Amino acid sequence: MDWIQQLVNGLALGSIYALIALGYTMVYGVLRFINFAHADVLMLGAYAAFFIAPLSAKFFGAESLFGALAVVFVAAAICALIGILIELLAYRPLRERPKLTVLITAIGVSLFIEYVCQHEKVFGAATRSFPTLIPKHDIIVAGVHLSSNDLIVLVLTGVLLFVLWFIVQKTKMGMALRALSFNPQAAALMGVSVNRIISFTFGIGSALAAVAGIFYSMRAPGIDPLMGVQPGLRAFVAAVLGGIGNLPGAALGGIVLGLLETVAGGMPGVSNYRDGIAFAILILILLFRPSGLLGKTTVEKV
Amino acid sequence: MRRLNFIQSASALFAITALIGLSGCGKPGDSNASGEIIVGEFASLTGKEATFGTSAHEGTLLAVEEINAAGGVIGKKIKLVTEDNQTKAGESSTVVNKLISKDGAVAILGEVASSRSLEAAPICQSSGIPMISPASTNPKVTETGNYIFRVCFIDPFQGTVMANFAKNKLKAQRVAVLTDVKSDYSKGLAKFFKEGFTKAGGEIVSELDFNGGDKDFKAQLTTIKGANPDAVFVPGYYTDAALICIQAREIGLNVPMFGGDGWESEKLLEIGKEAMEGHYFSTHYHPEVGSPKSKAFVEAYKKRFNGKTPDAMAALGYDSAMLLADAIKRADSAESGKIRDALAATKDFDAVTGKTLMNENRDAVKSAVILQIKGGKFTYMETINP
Repeated sequence: MDWIQQLVNGLALGSIYALIALGYTMVYGVLRFINFAHADVLMLGAYAAFFIAPLSAKFFGAESLFGALAVVFVAAAICALIGILIELLAYRPLRERPKLTVLITAIGVSLFIEYVCQHEKVFGAATRSFPTLIPKHDIIVAGVHLSSNDLIVLVLTGVLLFVLWFIVQKTKMGMALRALSFNPQAAALMGVSVNRIISFTFGIGSALAAVAGIFYSMRAPGIDPLMGVQPGLRAFVAAVLGGIGNLPGAALGGIVLGLLETVAGGMPGVSNYRDGIAFAILILILLFRPSGLLGKTTVEKV
Repeated sequence: MRRLNFIQSASALFAITALIGLSGCGKPGDSNASGEIIVGEFASLTGKEATFGTSAHEGTLLAVEEINAAGGVIGKKIKLVTEDNQTKAGESSTVVNKLISKDGAVAILGEVASSRSLEAAPICQSSGIPMISPASTNPKVTETGNYIFRVCFIDPFQGTVMANFAKNKLKAQRVAVLTDVKSDYSKGLAKFFKEGFTKAGGEIVSELDFNGGDKDFKAQLTTIKGANPDAVFVPGYYTDAALICIQAREIGLNVPMFGGDGWESEKLLEIGKEAMEGHYFSTHYHPEVGSPKSKAFVEAYKKRFNGKTPDAMAALGYDSAMLLADAIKRADSAESGKIRDALAATKDFDAVTGKTLMNENRDAVKSAVILQIKGGKFTYMETINP
């Protein structure tokens, strides 16, 4: 039964990577650069939830479903705002500059957030214990332990992916988004408000990062200001693996990477090289499919 | 034009860095000019292992304050200069270089984690500055050279203690080991545990690795569960250990987990909560048992730090500073070389964590205690003498 358990482990981890990867890929789709600060928005999402949880516990009672939803919703809203602000203050003034300038700025923003948050007057560098948002139940099916947290992560990731697909494909905003990623000049000439759409993209991506940050902290309830670095790097890789700029690709890439890591991590003798193996396979895939698993073959780019 | 600007600004930046670097080179060995003995301390005051550094620092600080209140040593006050390495690799060598060359420290106290002590040890050795590590248990630390000391036991001892404990007290025959491959401490302790446990007739059924700072251990734990062990040895640090215990429960791995002194932190309970119940670890001392000297220390520490109970790192931090003061007194000099000789000659030093004897490898020979987590508290089980 071990391999089914590992499959569940890998899917739960992979779906978190998928949520983060969507943010990278969306921003790349419209602006053609990697927003390295995305990983830190994830961390801010976890901290937002950390601070909101006691408040929500007062209104809805501790460890209740509504309380948890309220926490996730408010944290996502805060991070959406932060994402929009980051774009407005750091990236928008550089819109007409070479892409490399923006890329380096993104690294700068990332380091800025990490080190400001490590200051003892802000969050402090010590690990903090993440509160339990909803009571945990272990469901045992035929010897496989499904933690309720993992189930919630899987289901909610599915729902969020569907909502995102709906927004991008079925709404006016989504159409504008696709138009912008297809050709910014033409989109602007057709009356698409470029700045508004870009803010919207950052908002959605950052909200997803916040949700991913909360899921990540539910699985491993110790949070610190550098907690975004590892999942962020992996989600970035997942986005490239799936074909950067491609939404289903990011989701697929995240899940593939999660599964690869779990398989490697569970093998005695090679668990040491867990990341090495996952990344070696990634290199192999990119050698044969340079544009990623789903890159270029689909028309839609967001 | 733009490229030229880039080169100009780059060279300006370089010049500034060089200037800062130059101004950093003070005159070493000036410690006696102001009539004070300058002692450098480096610790992980922030970051992943912040509670270790903070505890050790508070213990050290308390010792220095007590020494100075009693008139100092050889007629001089001790001035403690503390630097934070943020629990980061590479940072310790930077701050220790600064402590020696800029502040002119005659001796260095630190660090808890073996990996970071190993970073600083070669610098202290080549500068001829004695270094006392409060709690680094990896044997390699003092093997660096004759200027490096420690006031705690070493992992061959701790590993054997835990191996015998698993075999005789837990009655475990099949044990799995989950090692942090990023940490010298964890790798060393795992190795000595495995040797001891197989020698005692036990069987290591599964060996898996993780990287310190990982957040997902379910892959490893699922494989461990498949090997059906009686207990799991996790020689890591407290943040990782707590997450491992939580995720073990989630996948239904309900066997006793046990570790070494890297577990001892309030954060272990704060993060792990009820998932830590019933698990075990070995460490250097327990505040409720020990000599009158130990009891006096616990009282003084509580008074100084708002009722906080000192953990083993605090006690060892205190011991490291007290041992240094004792050595300075015996050497009757604040010269680094003479302090070193006095440290090496330490016999029967009455420390908070028990009688301390420096052996020929500059390692302290002393007893270990085993604690169990019960009712959200570290409860004392037994003391094991070397």
